[in-house]
Amino acid sequence: MFYREAGQFKTSYKSDQAIFPILQDRIGLGLIVAIALIGIPFIATDGFLNSIMIPFLILALAAIGLNILTGYCGQLSLGTGAFMGVGAYSCYKLATIFPDVTILVHILLSGFFAAAAGVIFGLPSLRIKGLYLAITTLAAQFFLEWMFVRWGWLFNYNESGAIQNVPQKLFGVQITGAAADPVTRYLVVLSIVVFLTWIASNIIRGRIGRSWMMIRDMDIAAELMGIKPLNAKLSAFAVSSYFCGVAGALMVFFWLGSAEADVFNINLSFQVLFMVIIGGMGSLIGSFMGAAFIFVLPVVIRTIPRVLGLDIGGATVEHVSTMAIGALIVLFLIVEPHGLARLWQIGKEKLRNWPFPYG
Amino acid sequence: MLSEIFVEPFVLMADIPDLLLQTIWEGFVAGTLYALIALGFVLIFKASGVFNFAQGIMVVFAALTLVGLYANGVPAWLALIITIGVMAILAISIERVVLRPLVGQNEAILLMATIGLSLFVRGVGETLFGGETKTMITSELGLPTGITDWNVFDGRVTFQHIDIAAVVIAVLMVAGLAVFFSKTRIGRALRAVADDHQAALSVGISLHQIWAIVWFASGVVALVTGIMWGARSDVSFALEVIALKALAVLILGGFTSIPGAIVGGLIIGIGEKLFEVYWGGLLGGGTEAWFAYVLALIFLLFRPQGLFGERIIERV
Repeated sequence: MFYREAGQFKTSYKSDQAIFPILQDRIGLGLIVAIALIGIPFIATDGFLNSIMIPFLILALAAIGLNILTGYCGQLSLGTGAFMGVGAYSCYKLATIFPDVTILVHILLSGFFAAAAGVIFGLPSLRIKGLYLAITTLAAQFFLEWMFVRWGWLFNYNESGAIQNVPQKLFGVQITGAAADPVTRYLVVLSIVVFLTWIASNIIRGRIGRSWMMIRDMDIAAELMGIKPLNAKLSAFAVSSYFCGVAGALMVFFWLGSAEADVFNINLSFQVLFMVIIGGMGSLIGSFMGAAFIFVLPVVIRTIPRVLGLDIGGATVEHVSTMAIGALIVLFLIVEPHGLARLWQIGKEKLRNWPFPYG
Repeated sequence: MLSEIFVEPFVLMADIPDLLLQTIWEGFVAGTLYALIALGFVLIFKASGVFNFAQGIMVVFAALTLVGLYANGVPAWLALIITIGVMAILAISIERVVLRPLVGQNEAILLMATIGLSLFVRGVGETLFGGETKTMITSELGLPTGITDWNVFDGRVTFQHIDIAAVVIAVLMVAGLAVFFSKTRIGRALRAVADDHQAALSVGISLHQIWAIVWFASGVVALVTGIMWGARSDVSFALEVIALKALAVLILGGFTSIPGAIVGGLIIGIGEKLFEVYWGGLLGGGTEAWFAYVLALIFLLFRPQGLFGERIIERV
């Protein structure tokens, strides 16, 4: 009823191959982008932008990165945090070596360093798969994290061992640094994330994306049909790490402001993996939903005692929320192992058939 | 530079043999503890195909429960018994609440479930006993605490008694498990389940029961590991990350092999200590954080099934 594609005829190849062939999807997406672009900057407070919207978008980008690798190409990785770190550190180096070039270029370039790291640590995927591969990606996680601490050149030998964002202006508007307005930073992050999501959806629709999915579904059959596992797997590692690297750079420059190596630890990897699994493997919209769920949920749980007027110590709230999140994740995996994206699909089906039980 | 890598460390080893012996001993003890954690993984992986990421947190949780009970006035021996009981309850509830509904799911989802579980157990432990670092009740449990010096090669090698006890207890436990697996009824049922789920079901072995037993067994292994590790350093949640090294051990030894877990643990324990002492300085130290994983990664490129693992055969 609400979501019927009946009567929408595709009369050209162009319209047949559109990303959103259905009118309702286009309207819906247009509305979401309009709200994100115009609505939220007007109504949101600085705190909301800083502590919810910006991190949500950045983590969603990282989740898209991991989803490309795990959801579309079927290679489990626990090294996401480290690849994000590579992006962040290389962006910092680029920004301090070339201070005159705009930060946006640095951020988009820094992803390539992460991609290179991803390809190197993705090499074992040619011989092994599944859980064995997941463990070798732990090597990336711990080795790179160690490097961020020990290799002083990476953080310009400063005392604190942390990397800071470099204040920069774009068209006369401060976009990074402490002086930058949260709304400006939000809009920059939003445009980068939207742009990269668009790129990702096109890569996935194309030849490369299809070869990843063939490898995921059955690698031997894919090989017989002429897909080179070497190219498919390593390109998945490269593209995935590119996205993670950009997310890491955004994280330091537009969200945290400064970061130590510890930010990119294994818990970040787990967090992003949760977003992918809870959101739905092999779904871009799922990455956003998963990021919202995993990132916003703890924030909500932590505010519950305050809303109820209970006087509980901060540490206890932290502990109880860890427990609650763990329990919710397990519950969610039991109830809907295919993630929020699957619920979204069921919802769309319901809307299509309403008011009838089936179409 | 080349001489620093290929010559000097060996010269140093030959010049100061007591340092070498000391390093190997330290690595041996650390390796024993890695092997114990890996053993917990192997038990569960063999019987249920679940890759239990929560093993590390189970080690911490068991040690925390023991210390926490003692701090609340429970005598040490009673605290030990209660802790074993708690691990049994944990095992049964994990089987009922988490594993049973997830049977037959994709391995990534099972892995995520155990990571979720580890968050939950961590939260429970922190809520009940607090997140701060605690000291293990070593002497109260009747474990030795002194040190013995052994004069050798004009030098001295120091043995902590607790380390010796750790090795002895580990050996006893592995032997006990081996006897349990080969001689008892439940042990044989366990091996049957590990071999073939459906065949085991068809001869009347209850999978649920076996899974609960296996989780309990690895809970007990976790408790012993927790006591030993806690006695060597202290009881804190940092142990959870160290416990991930057991995953590298598993790669070396193979996911399904108990001897593999032990040999792998020792190789990694001794290897990382030697590397840190003799080569770590070249890289700025702290190499123990990644050595195990990088070794496992290189090893995998040559032998994907591990030292003792079953050969991976793919059917189309």
